[in-house]
Amino acid sequence: MAQITLKNLAHSYLAQPKAEADYALKEMDHVWQNGGAYALLGSSGCGKTTLLNIISGLLRPSQGRVLFGDQDVTEAETTARNIAQVFQFPVVYDTMTVRENLAFPLRNRGMDAAYIKARVGQIAAMIGMEATLDRKARGLTADAKQKISLGRGMVREDVNAILFDEPLTVIDPHMKWELRTQLKQLHREFGHTMIYVTHDQTEALTFADKVVVMYDGRVVQMGTPEELFETPAHTFVGYFIGSPGMNLLPASVQGNRAVVAGTEITLGASYAPPKGRVQIGVRPEYATLTNGVGLPFTLRRVEDVGRHRIIRGEVAGQTVNVIAPEGMPVGAELTHVSFAPDRTCVYADDWRVTGGPI
Amino acid sequence: MDKTQNNKAWFLVLPVLVVVAFSAILPLMTVVNYSVNDTFGNNEFFWAGLEWFEEMVTSDRLHEALGRQILFSAIILAIEVPLGIYIALNMPKSGAWASLCLVLMALPLLIPFNVVGTIWQIFGRVDIGLLGHYLAELGIDYNYTNDPVDAWITVVVMDVWHWTSLIALLCYAGLQSIPNAYYQAARVDQASRWAVFRYIELPKMQGVLLIAVLLRFMDSFMIYTEPFVVTGGGPGNSTTFLSIDLVKMAIGQFDLGPAAAFSIMYFLVILLVSWVFYTVMTNLDKEEGR
Repeated sequence: MAQITLKNLAHSYLAQPKAEADYALKEMDHVWQNGGAYALLGSSGCGKTTLLNIISGLLRPSQGRVLFGDQDVTEAETTARNIAQVFQFPVVYDTMTVRENLAFPLRNRGMDAAYIKARVGQIAAMIGMEATLDRKARGLTADAKQKISLGRGMVREDVNAILFDEPLTVIDPHMKWELRTQLKQLHREFGHTMIYVTHDQTEALTFADKVVVMYDGRVVQMGTPEELFETPAHTFVGYFIGSPGMNLLPASVQGNRAVVAGTEITLGASYAPPKGRVQIGVRPEYATLTNGVGLPFTLRRVEDVGRHRIIRGEVAGQTVNVIAPEGMPVGAELTHVSFAPDRTCVYADDWRVTGGPI
Repeated sequence: MDKTQNNKAWFLVLPVLVVVAFSAILPLMTVVNYSVNDTFGNNEFFWAGLEWFEEMVTSDRLHEALGRQILFSAIILAIEVPLGIYIALNMPKSGAWASLCLVLMALPLLIPFNVVGTIWQIFGRVDIGLLGHYLAELGIDYNYTNDPVDAWITVVVMDVWHWTSLIALLCYAGLQSIPNAYYQAARVDQASRWAVFRYIELPKMQGVLLIAVLLRFMDSFMIYTEPFVVTGGGPGNSTTFLSIDLVKMAIGQFDLGPAAAFSIMYFLVILLVSWVFYTVMTNLDKEEGR
């Protein structure tokens, strides 16, 4: 087990990348703490899998170094890195039985038979496949095969890290929850560094201690679920995390005042006039409908999702969502929306600007 | 809902039946006719019963030809199958080199059989052949026209040259269908090169490999043209395989009865082997779909 460090890492699938846009992974410096449970979150095509494959050595980065502990493994083969990876779609060795499949990584390392037997039994119990251990893997259902793949990923105790590349895509929802819980438990028990790639925020937030959000080949924010929710560092994080995502409105900011479509509102901190395209962002949870205070609001529709209601509307032509507690009357007199000043963030060219004391 | 009964469709099959009757069934029946009769020409036939079959079953000449035939098929399969797999594994997976390799590999397969025979007949000649001449220069005593071992080596090498490509190309197609994720998973699982071959590549090639072996077995078991052109079955009878022997018997000696009985048994052997292959293959498919 080791801390994984990425230094000036970047990758392009083109042989001679010229512009920054040619890079699938923009230059980054990043440290994955030993024993951390990380979720790598982002929409499809943002470079999550590329990053994962570079860590596991399936892909050589165009530039930069990969370090396990103090050891530079950039040029090392996957086989030499002692790392486990579970892919999005199940990979099983058809001609082997389930037992042989689970034992395969241990056999390749030349472990002794008694240990293999015990360890395979343990893993089989964890993935709930003890009954089918002696069946051929060929002909099993997709989710059974994926469970084997997961089991194979976890069977070695001494791996440097376990990488999961959207491993639960093919598994049915109930089993998904159970397996995720087991992964979490396994993490607590053995303390492996785990990196879990997903585009599902619930999955990421429930699995990980630290969530790493990627956007367009860049890590835009790394933080606890709470940090991602309260202070998104990039408008993408605001939009991607939360349901519905953060409201973003073009504004001009001066001191602790923001002007949105001609109406002035108060902010929780003081800002030097930011450069570039300025937006203010506020979570629907921190927006309230009022009968006159705040910005003029046009109500479009109300969605009742049970525990609360989502009120969708517009401010000066921009979509704004408000979450209203169950039972609060929504009537025609509510013509304005106000934002909690200390929950309102300011963004310049999509990146968050931190304010000073007022 | 009632199914409409309409037997007119059978008429649509009729042309095929007629063609098959004239091209396969009638000639076969003629052979059957010859195999149970004795004839001296003039379309006069005398009933001979199973006499020719008995004669052929106990014939030393046929046993020897069969022995040579089995040995030949066994040798070329033992060389071509591993060699074909080895070549397929080492061919480039994509790019211009892959296309070039495919074309080069396909070339021997496109050459007519008697031309292949002629190429090797000349190539191996000690007086004017490139191979024969330089082997002689190197001091190797090689002459396929009077040394049975040299004749065998020539015929086997010729067949390997002609047909290994087929196995290589079929295996290559099988290998190309393996998703990259399997290789990646194997690398993550720290599998050795041999384990990758044994547990990923070989199982995925299994289907095409069976077809390749079946095709090569049948073709080699029926081989006629190439050895006939190169050695004419000689020296002596050393490269007289079943087909060559059959032609000698039927057209050389005009022993139509025994030759017909021989043909039928020959046909049945090939049918039997093909049936065994077919059964094995369908069973594998069933297991796959289980």
